[in-house]
Amino acid sequence: MPTTFTIDDLKRVLSQGAGLDHSVDLRQALHTNFEDLGFDSLAMLETAARVEREFAVSLDEMQIANTTTIKAFIDSVNDSLVNTT
Amino acid sequence: MTSAVFTGVSVVAPSGLDNERFFSSMLEKRNWIGPVRRFDASGYPATLAGEVLDFDEAALIPSRLLAQTDRVTRFSLVAADCAIRDSGIDLAGADDLDAGVVTASSSGGFEFSQHELQKLWSKGGQYVSAYQSFAWFYAVNTGQISIKHGLRGTSGVLVSEGAGGLDALAKARRQIRNAGARIMITGGMDASICPWGWVGLAGTGTVSQATEPEAAYLPFDSRACGYVPAEGGAILVMEEESAARGRGARIYGGLAGYAATFDAGPADSRVEALQHAITTALHDAQVTPSAVDVVFADAGANDADDLIEAQALRQVFGARGVAVTAPKTMTGRLCSGAGAQDVATALLSIAAGVVPPTVNTRVDVRHGLDLVTEATPTDVQNVLVIARGIGGFNSAMVLTAPQ
Repeated sequence: MPTTFTIDDLKRVLSQGAGLDHSVDLRQALHTNFEDLGFDSLAMLETAARVEREFAVSLDEMQIANTTTIKAFIDSVNDSLVNTT
Repeated sequence: MTSAVFTGVSVVAPSGLDNERFFSSMLEKRNWIGPVRRFDASGYPATLAGEVLDFDEAALIPSRLLAQTDRVTRFSLVAADCAIRDSGIDLAGADDLDAGVVTASSSGGFEFSQHELQKLWSKGGQYVSAYQSFAWFYAVNTGQISIKHGLRGTSGVLVSEGAGGLDALAKARRQIRNAGARIMITGGMDASICPWGWVGLAGTGTVSQATEPEAAYLPFDSRACGYVPAEGGAILVMEEESAARGRGARIYGGLAGYAATFDAGPADSRVEALQHAITTALHDAQVTPSAVDVVFADAGANDADDLIEAQALRQVFGARGVAVTAPKTMTGRLCSGAGAQDVATALLSIAAGVVPPTVNTRVDVRHGLDLVTEATPTDVQNVLVIARGIGGFNSAMVLTAPQ
């Protein structure tokens, strides 16, 4: 099981789940809101579900709902991974 | 009485997305029916379909929308874009509450749903896409079009199987005539060429099991053995006539008359129900039977359906009393897409002054029909389109040439 969730992981999950424009470089958007990148609540649900399956973690729904930026999401997943191991 | 006219037309057909190519290939009698390519249909009773092979989804649809849409919704979005462009209308300049969307669908997002159901049962609920929440739904095509173009006027979906393609257009006209809508994006689209869809269609007992594309879909022929399913349809822009004229729009024609009836029961007066839809639509349009230049038939290609449709036409027009055509013999039966695509074809026929033919059928004389089997130059002023749906739906629509 992977022990860290990286920005490349997020890029992959977003591409596979909600669809990510090739032109978007997430590294330049660490503090951008998902919403501003065009990802609505369903996109976040889909993304969270995929991360949960792949990384064998349980992500708190309320916390995900309140997670707004790229970096905050990555941190949130990694926090959960630390707490699981 | 306010009039509703068509100012934009876009088809999704086996010939592709271009109206010119669509119409000219019909005049050339190009048969697009062939063996199913989208999945392996060799184990099924029916193996032929009319498929839209020339549709580059990745190029036409942004990745964000690809993730959340079934094929039928992709068709609808692209066709809506094309129809809006064709109409030349500036939607950004219109009040968003004055513009709505009403489409027809029979199966909603079938292929998408099949895949999600497969994941549900093979891997578990946590593998089902969050987008299944709406991607399956009949109204999703309307929804995605309205979201993309910011159209917030009264919108909806009509689910009446093969009759839906006309019923949606009629609803759009009602919005324009009775509810102050100025612009309606409307039409019908279906795409269920996938195993789940195939099984559903097989269950109706109305699908052709023939293996030869030239002998599979033969409406009004003594050899009629069912229809060939197809995918696609059409999206059209409808406007209130004076507004369309005011902005100098190109007007394809008017939606002059419409009626819908429902068969009372399997054996019960089905001819009368269809006949009533036809005569009421003509009355609504103030067009007499003798003024109709061509009828685009529903063409179910089953004994019962052919007999009923032919008899209804004979009773209204007299034996061989009107030219009848079914260019859908070249594309297959589009379910909810059929009525809309027939309307599109009718409008293109009006513009070109040519009636497209019916192919492959050798009309059985007992039907008493004057079937058009070659492209025929005609001054097309009034067209009757018939669309019927499994379950008892009968719809008839009269289109008139622009004045």
